[in-house]
Amino acid sequence: MESSDAPVLEVRGVSKRFPGVQALTKVDFDVRRGEIHALLGENGAGKSTLMKILSGAYSKDDGEIIIRGQPVEIRSPRHSQELGISIIYQTFNQARHLTVAENILLGREPLTRWGTIDRQKLHEQVRELLDKVGLDADPRARVMDLSVAQRQMVEIAKALGLDANLIIMDEPTSALTGRETQRLFQIIHDLSSRGVSVIYISHRLEELKEVGDRVTVLRDGRRVGTLPIGQADFPTLVRMMVGRDLKLTMLTDRHVGSKEVLRIENLVRRGVVGPVSFVAHEGEIISLAGLVGSGRTSLARAIFGVDRLDGGQIYIGGHQVRIRKPQDAVRAGIGFLTEDRLVSGLAMSLSVAHNITLPSLSKFERLLMLNLESEREAAGKSIKQFSIATPSPDQTVRYLSGGNQQKVVLAKWMMANSRILFLDEPTQGIDVGAKEEVHRLMVDFTRRLGGTVIMISSDLPEVLRLSDRILVMRDGRIAGELPGIEATQEQVMNYALGVAEESLAG
Amino acid sequence: MEEKLAQPAPSPLSRIGRGLRGALTHQAGFMALMLAAMWLVFSSFTPYFLTSRNLLQITVQAAVVAIAAVGQTMVIVSAGIDLSVGSVLALSTVVSAMVMETGQPAPVGVLVGLLVGGICGWVNGITVGKLRVPPFIATLGMMGIARGLALVVTQGIPRFRLAPGFDTIGQGRILDVVPVPTIITIVVYLLAWLILTRTRLGRYTYSIGSNAEATKLSGVNVTRYLVLIYTVAGLCVGLASLIEEGRLGSGQPAGGDGLELQTIAAVVMGGTSLFGGEGNIFATLVGALMIASLRNGLNVMGVYAFWQNVIIGALIISAVYVDQWRRSHRITS
Repeated sequence: MESSDAPVLEVRGVSKRFPGVQALTKVDFDVRRGEIHALLGENGAGKSTLMKILSGAYSKDDGEIIIRGQPVEIRSPRHSQELGISIIYQTFNQARHLTVAENILLGREPLTRWGTIDRQKLHEQVRELLDKVGLDADPRARVMDLSVAQRQMVEIAKALGLDANLIIMDEPTSALTGRETQRLFQIIHDLSSRGVSVIYISHRLEELKEVGDRVTVLRDGRRVGTLPIGQADFPTLVRMMVGRDLKLTMLTDRHVGSKEVLRIENLVRRGVVGPVSFVAHEGEIISLAGLVGSGRTSLARAIFGVDRLDGGQIYIGGHQVRIRKPQDAVRAGIGFLTEDRLVSGLAMSLSVAHNITLPSLSKFERLLMLNLESEREAAGKSIKQFSIATPSPDQTVRYLSGGNQQKVVLAKWMMANSRILFLDEPTQGIDVGAKEEVHRLMVDFTRRLGGTVIMISSDLPEVLRLSDRILVMRDGRIAGELPGIEATQEQVMNYALGVAEESLAG
Repeated sequence: MEEKLAQPAPSPLSRIGRGLRGALTHQAGFMALMLAAMWLVFSSFTPYFLTSRNLLQITVQAAVVAIAAVGQTMVIVSAGIDLSVGSVLALSTVVSAMVMETGQPAPVGVLVGLLVGGICGWVNGITVGKLRVPPFIATLGMMGIARGLALVVTQGIPRFRLAPGFDTIGQGRILDVVPVPTIITIVVYLLAWLILTRTRLGRYTYSIGSNAEATKLSGVNVTRYLVLIYTVAGLCVGLASLIEEGRLGSGQPAGGDGLELQTIAAVVMGGTSLFGGEGNIFATLVGALMIASLRNGLNVMGVYAFWQNVIIGALIISAVYVDQWRRSHRITS
C-alpha cells in the first residue's frame, strides 16, 4: 500500500449546482500516485456528483482540477479517459451482447490493412489485459454470460487497456461474494503497487480497513475531512458522515402503538429481501431507514403486490390477506406513494381531479355511468383540504410544482380510504415549504384519523422528526429497530452500515 | 405558490373573442374551423360543393372510416394502435354475407358482422393485455390472420347474395333525406363520447394511455380494461363493415384495404397524440370528415384520382404540424 507523495489528482474548490440543490460546495480532494483513497458519505452527500465531474459526465461550476500537476478542464468522458481517468460504475457500462474482447477494446479495436477488425490481434491484446487482472474467461465469451464478478474484472481490464492511472470504483463489492471480494482487493493492491491510483466508494466500513490508505468523508456536498485509514475508527467516521448542527424538533409526541394494523411475517423475495418481519399499529408512523439498495422499496413493492412474493404472510387487522397484485392491496386498504411520481405515481396528461379520483372511481359510479358532478365536488374538497395550489381542478397535473404533485398523490390515497400508507421518499425533490406541509399531513393522517404510515426515507432528520419507530434495513433485512424519540442519526447509520455495537467507543 | 387571481366580469364582445380563442385552443373546435375553411375554399372553386346533397354525400363517404376510427381513437388514446382494422372489416363482411347466403335474414347478418368484429377485437385485447405483446405486433398479426381467413373462407370470391333489406344500412335514407350511415355515425359518436367522458372504461382508457404503471398501482385491473378497449374497437370495425357491406351490396374479401391507415389518419388529424393519454372523440370525426371532404372536393373539381393521395398525405402532415404549433402556444401563453 505504498504511495509516493506527488498527487496524481488534485481537486480544489470544486462546486456544482443543479436546479434547486447545491450538490458540491468548494470541495478539496487529492489522490496520490498508487494510493487507494476511500470516499464515504450518505446518500446525496455528493460522492457520485464529484465522480461524474471527474469522469467527464458533468461539468463543474467552479474550482480547479489538476492532473499530474497540470490544470485541466475535463470536457467529455472521452477526454477524461484520455487524461488517464477510468470509472467503473456500480451498474457497469458494458454492451452485454458483445464479447469480452469487443467490450474491452470497444472503439479502439486493432484494424487490419483493409480496415476490418484484426481478430487475432484483438484477442492477443485482450488476453494480456485479462492476465493482468487474473481473469480466466474466454475473450470470445459474451459478456452477459459471465458472472457479476467476472464482468467487473472485464471492466477493470478495460480500464487498464485505456492506460488508466486513476480508476474510480463505485460500490464495487455490492454484488460480490466474500471470496470474490477478497480477490478484488488483491487486484486493487496489485494495481496500487504498479502505481495506479484507486478512488474507492463504498458504504461498507469494514472493507475500508482492508483496502484503503486514506479516507475522505463528504457530507451535504462538502468535504468534512480526510484521515489516514489508521486513524479512522468507525465512530469517528459515522460522526463525520452524519453530524448535523441542529437537531430538528420532534413534530409530535411519540405515539405508543395500540391496535395492530399490519403484521408482516417472514416475508421473502428471493435474492432481494427477507426474511422480514415487523408489526405496525394504528396511528403509528414507522420509518424504514437504510442506505440505497438496502431493500426498502423492494419490501414495500412486495407488500403492495407489485413484485411477487416468494414467501411470507401478510396480516391486516389480524386477518391474513393474499396480495398478488396492486388491486388486492388497494382493496385491503393499502396505498403506495412511489418514489418516482413521474414514472408511476401520476398520469401526467390527466387533470388534477382525475388523478385524485383514479383509484376511487367506483364510488361515483351508478348504472355504469360516472356522476361527474359529485366526482368534481369530491376532488374540489380534496384540493382544498390538502391546499393543492392549482388554478382549477381541471389543470393538467404535469404543470403543477413537485410539491403540489406530491400532494395530489397523497390526496389520491386519502380519497381511496387507505388505512395503511407506504410513502417512498415522500419529500424528495420538493421545496422546504411543501415538505413541511407533507409532514403535517402525515401527522394528521395518523394522529387524528388513526391511519398508519410506513415511510421510506433517506433523509435522517426527517426520519427522526416524525417516526414513532425506526426500522433500519440492510442487505434486504431489518438490521435493527430504534424507538423514534431517543434515536440519534448515528445510531441509524450504525445499523445501516452494519457496524457492530461493540466496535463503538461510545 | 401563486394562485390565479379572480377575473373581472367579461363584456359581451370579449366573451365572443374568448369563445373564438377557446375554439382555437380546443382541439375539436380548431379542427372544425379548419374543416369549415376547407369547405369555403372548395365552394369557391365550384358551386356544386356546398350543396346539402353533396355535404350529406360526404358524410356517407366518411361513414365507414369515421365509425372504425372511433375504435381506433380509443386504442390510440390507450397508447396502443390497431393495424388490423381493414382486414377485420373484410372478414366481417364476408362471414356476414356468407351467413345470409344460407337464407338467414338481415338481422342475423348484422349480428354476425358485429360478432366477428368483436371476437377479433377481443383476441387483440387478450394478446396485448394478457400476453403483453406490443399492440403494433399484435394487431399486425391479426391483420394477416383476418385477411387470410377472409380469403380462405371465400376462396377469394366476393359474396353477393345478401339478405333482402340488408343494404338499407348502407344505402337507405330516413325520411327520404338523411342517409342511414350518417345517422349511425352520429349515434356511435354520441355513444363514444358518453363512454369516454362518463364511464370508468373511458376514464381508464385515458389513464392507461397516460401512465399504465400508475394506473395499475392505483389498483385498476389494467389487463381487463385493455381487453375491453380492443374488443370495443373490434365492434366498431364490425359496425363499419355492415355499412360497407350495405353500400357495396356484397362481402369483399379484399375489402377494407388501407382502412387502418385511413382511421389512423383521421385520429391524428383530429389532433390526438399517437403517444396516448389525451384526445377528443369529436376531433376524430372532424378528421374523418376532412379527409372525405378533401376527396370529394377534389373529385368535384375533376382532379386526377391518384393526385388525391398525394394531397391527402400532405394535408395530414400539415394538419398535425399546425396542431403542434397550437399546443406549444397554449403552453407558453
